[in-house]
Amino acid sequence: MTIDLKTVKHISKLSRISIDDQKAKKLEKDLNSIFKWIEKLNELNTDNVEPLTSIAETTLRFRKDQILSKNIREDILKNSPKDNKDYFVVPKVVE
Amino acid sequence: MTDIINLTLTELVNKIKSKEISSTDITSNYIERSKSSKKLNTYIEETFDDALVNSKKFDAKPDLQKKLPGIPIAVKDLYCTKNVKTTAGSKILENFVPSYESTVTQNLWNSGAILLGKLNCDEFAMGSSNETSHFGNVLSPIDNNLVPGGSSGGSASALAAKLTPATIGTDTGGSIRQPASFTGTVGLKPTYGSCSRYGIVAFASSLDQAGPMTRDVKDCALLLEVISSFDNKDSTSIDFKRPNYFSDLNKNIKGKKIGIPKEYRVEGMPAEIEKLWDNGKEYLKNCGAEIIDISLPHTKYALPTYYIVAPAEASSNLARYDGVKYGFRVEGENLIDMYEKTRSQGFGDEVKRRIMIGTYVLSSGYYDAYYLKAQKVRKLIKNDFDEAFNKVDAILTPSTPSSAFKVGEKMDDPVSMYLNDIFTVPVNLAGLPGISIPAGLDENNYPLGLQLIGKPFDEQGILNIAYSMEEKINFKLNTSDWWNK
Repeated sequence: MTIDLKTVKHISKLSRISIDDQKAKKLEKDLNSIFKWIEKLNELNTDNVEPLTSIAETTLRFRKDQILSKNIREDILKNSPKDNKDYFVVPKVVE
Repeated sequence: MTDIINLTLTELVNKIKSKEISSTDITSNYIERSKSSKKLNTYIEETFDDALVNSKKFDAKPDLQKKLPGIPIAVKDLYCTKNVKTTAGSKILENFVPSYESTVTQNLWNSGAILLGKLNCDEFAMGSSNETSHFGNVLSPIDNNLVPGGSSGGSASALAAKLTPATIGTDTGGSIRQPASFTGTVGLKPTYGSCSRYGIVAFASSLDQAGPMTRDVKDCALLLEVISSFDNKDSTSIDFKRPNYFSDLNKNIKGKKIGIPKEYRVEGMPAEIEKLWDNGKEYLKNCGAEIIDISLPHTKYALPTYYIVAPAEASSNLARYDGVKYGFRVEGENLIDMYEKTRSQGFGDEVKRRIMIGTYVLSSGYYDAYYLKAQKVRKLIKNDFDEAFNKVDAILTPSTPSSAFKVGEKMDDPVSMYLNDIFTVPVNLAGLPGISIPAGLDENNYPLGLQLIGKPFDEQGILNIAYSMEEKINFKLNTSDWWNK
């Protein structure tokens, strides 16, 4: 199966990564060579194989529903690119 | 004092305990050498001033019961360090200062170690040559213009160049073992679930593991003992009784059965690697181990499987970099435009490529054909190992299919770059422990490594085998200090 330019642009949209035409063409070439190589997996019949979803076969642990980190708002907001003491700031979303 | 930098981690600990040298002596020696080794580009962030303050503090009131008393250590810049910039080698995190500490680095500081600085790595640990870092590529101390391997390339280079007595890396598909092999050092990837992933910038969560990188096997056992711990903050951390890897280290491997997988004899493998592997078998026989031929029939499917699973997980993990919560943002006409511009300019080419592979294999209509298929093949790969370990105690393979390559040699061909990890990736897919030890030199005098793969949680087993082999191999790392002239 080949990945065409239209698909590359669709994936870039899904990935929320803008790409120009030149980059898209390069990606088309790279992705096709990678997927051609990946398709080796189709040689294998895996009809009766259980997928491996986690290597550590443990059931997730429950913990008490309690707050362990307190008063960290300032610390967390320190790394935000738009400065505001109380909130993360984003472009207007609701008209 | 050139002597100090030539001592192993274990020797340093002993000399501090016997009060022959001080933490300040050690720290200032490493700082001085690191400052004159900038050409290697190993550090992204230097914390030398704080390190000196901390070493003086230690010397004023030394706690000699600690496992790493007053020992300065530089770590891969993938570990979040509280109030110290943590970039993961990416522009998108170029100004990120964590407000918390990773569990593995916290374990280091709890044991008395002192942070020297943060070491360069491939962007988000995606790469095998440390050429994808936003902060420039790292050079190997082995030779001018040679890559140190990746993604823990800054760690491997700093360790081999003696800019830190030991270090920690992370390994998702070989990122500790491959650079260790390229630089003549020891690197261990523990069993999945041994070391906490809390506070490590996530790449592929079902594969990522932290691990020690050291000058010899003894140091490796000591550092593993410090960093391996059960952690409630990591939902896949495993609560098992961890041995005292360091004090339990021994060379009694008589009667151990070591498997040699025929599928690792890959096409086009250089004769010198075959020879290295054969020598490894001889060393093991001389130590009283038994060599057994085994088969891991799905080996050739490991890399394609990895290049579905790892990018899929990466595309999910890296969705958090949206220009809202962390450092880098490019303003846009609206929210979506801001996301797209931020991620386009904030990520490098290799990271974007992998996010897009991952997005594609998880997208509607392709999930079953790619992601589910890969998870099934991953199961077959794990079954191969389970079956092999019914017959053997450990498996011996080369660490890499070749020695280190030149800067720029593989950057235009992603698949040829990915093939570097052919012997290391299956170990991550199966969640097993693996160690690479230096085992010889190629015709250019570049180091070559051998890998030992163990049963789950049998780090001690492979450390003991590596310890026995190390004595027989008697490898000496000689760098010419070419960068220091």
